[in-house]
Amino acid sequence: MSAGTTREWLLSDHPESRRQARLGQAYRTWSQLRANRLAMVGLGVVVLLMVVALFADLIAPFDPLRGGDLRTERLLPPSFEHWMGTDDQARDIFSRIVHGSRLTLMVVALVAVIATPIGLAVGTTAGYFGGWVDIVLMRITDIFLAFPRLILALAFVAALGPGIENAIIAIAITSWPPYARLARAETLTIRQADHIAAIRLQGAGSLRIIWGHVVPLCLSSVIVRVTLDMAGIILTAAGLGFLGLGAQPPQPEWGAMIAAGRRFLIDFWWVATMPGIAIFVVSLGFNLLGDGLRDVLDPKGTK
Amino acid sequence: MSTPPGTPIEVDGLSVTFGSGAGALRAVRRVGFVLNRGESFGIVGESGSGKSTVLRAICGLAPVSAGQIRIDGAPVRTPRDAAFYRRVQMVFQDPYASLHPRHTVDRVLSEPLAIHGFGDVEARIEQALADVGLGHGFRFRFPHQLSGGQRQRVAIARALILEPSILLLDEPTSALDASIQAEVLNLLDALRRRRDLTYLLVSHDLAVVAHMCERLIVMRNGETVEELSRADLRARRARQDYTRDLLTASRGFVREPA
Repeated sequence: MSAGTTREWLLSDHPESRRQARLGQAYRTWSQLRANRLAMVGLGVVVLLMVVALFADLIAPFDPLRGGDLRTERLLPPSFEHWMGTDDQARDIFSRIVHGSRLTLMVVALVAVIATPIGLAVGTTAGYFGGWVDIVLMRITDIFLAFPRLILALAFVAALGPGIENAIIAIAITSWPPYARLARAETLTIRQADHIAAIRLQGAGSLRIIWGHVVPLCLSSVIVRVTLDMAGIILTAAGLGFLGLGAQPPQPEWGAMIAAGRRFLIDFWWVATMPGIAIFVVSLGFNLLGDGLRDVLDPKGTK
Repeated sequence: MSTPPGTPIEVDGLSVTFGSGAGALRAVRRVGFVLNRGESFGIVGESGSGKSTVLRAICGLAPVSAGQIRIDGAPVRTPRDAAFYRRVQMVFQDPYASLHPRHTVDRVLSEPLAIHGFGDVEARIEQALADVGLGHGFRFRFPHQLSGGQRQRVAIARALILEPSILLLDEPTSALDASIQAEVLNLLDALRRRRDLTYLLVSHDLAVVAHMCERLIVMRNGETVEELSRADLRARRARQDYTRDLLTASRGFVREPA
């Protein structure tokens, strides 16, 4: 099948199967996203992050945890051999940043996987049922919203010991309430719609309606919000690392690397700057992608 | 299809009140009517007369504050049970709002079958589409790939796929333009005769009701003004002033002879 006919098949107004209809819809969304150049830059950064994380062992030229000769190879400036220089333990900073992408990606993915479903479930349930269910769930949401992330992370660290896993849990627990709020607001407008009344008249149960009819309509705005929050999540994780509450040495977490380099920022600027640039680029990438997704997925936009 | 016993719909002293206390809105007050099997019954009235609320109360979307609703001779249960939904289905006014924007026609039609555990899904969907005059090419389209008339046909197919004996029609053509209106009305008429359905049609359009219904009631401010037959309507035999006004209004603007 040539490229032209594949495109026609995808854009057909007479899809022949469920799969063709779904793929066609996805292709239309993708075409719209592709037209947005900044979003494609953001997507490129995110894909690059994933590729680097996946092939970190192949890309990194040195061991990220064990440095070279402590007498001769400490705090070397960027050179052809060490692209981003070396730190105070004589470790290659480029290799550490490459391996650090795994930690960053893990934080982002786990927070998204934990927080998004919780937020969606709580928000759509509260919005759909209303009344007492709504009041109880939204007050619980308010309670979680009142926890400052860093303080909760401190509590977790005190209870479970410091580490990146506990930081992830703390971030996830404090980041779902905005999604619940958003999903609830969307649900309140959706539940009045005739198509919800129609499926109720077909005898569908609440679970089927919420999962099959309300969630798909809330999902796009929540996805956009999560993508835009990714930058904040990365920064929070880096901030926890900087405070020594997140990733523990010698893990190559970007925030912790900045904290280590802070001591000799004046004389050996590259030690703190390189991971800082990495955090900056990845955060920007997620923000650009989120902006582009909002333009494409927002159900209120023209379609 | 076996014919269930009793009258299909019997509404007696139905009242619907939204809210309570000083802000209470009495949308429907002591409305009653009886439908015969295979009949098409109309409810006519201006906007806000409570005619759509009567339909919504019958299928459980609006709270019944007083009175009784019987379907096939038995009082309805609140919340409505699965047997009710297989007997009574509804077509909504706005086909742009009554279809889920992210679901294909196929999904729209297969979901009720899945809920009620019908077998033979493929054949039923193809048949339902054919019945409303849509070909196979429409099966995997999304609502935004359909015109208003096609959407309303899908909505009718969805209502009929559970093989109900009673169809509640809430202004089924008022969101469509005139040429499509006639098509959809003729389709509904043909389906009723073919399947021996009972229709309860709500409309503000006297012409639509005169075309579709054997009998009708006129509603105003939540109350029944009077009950007419199609012959009464055609001969403009109205007993109440309000109905006469409606009849005059439906004729449109007529220039007074000078």
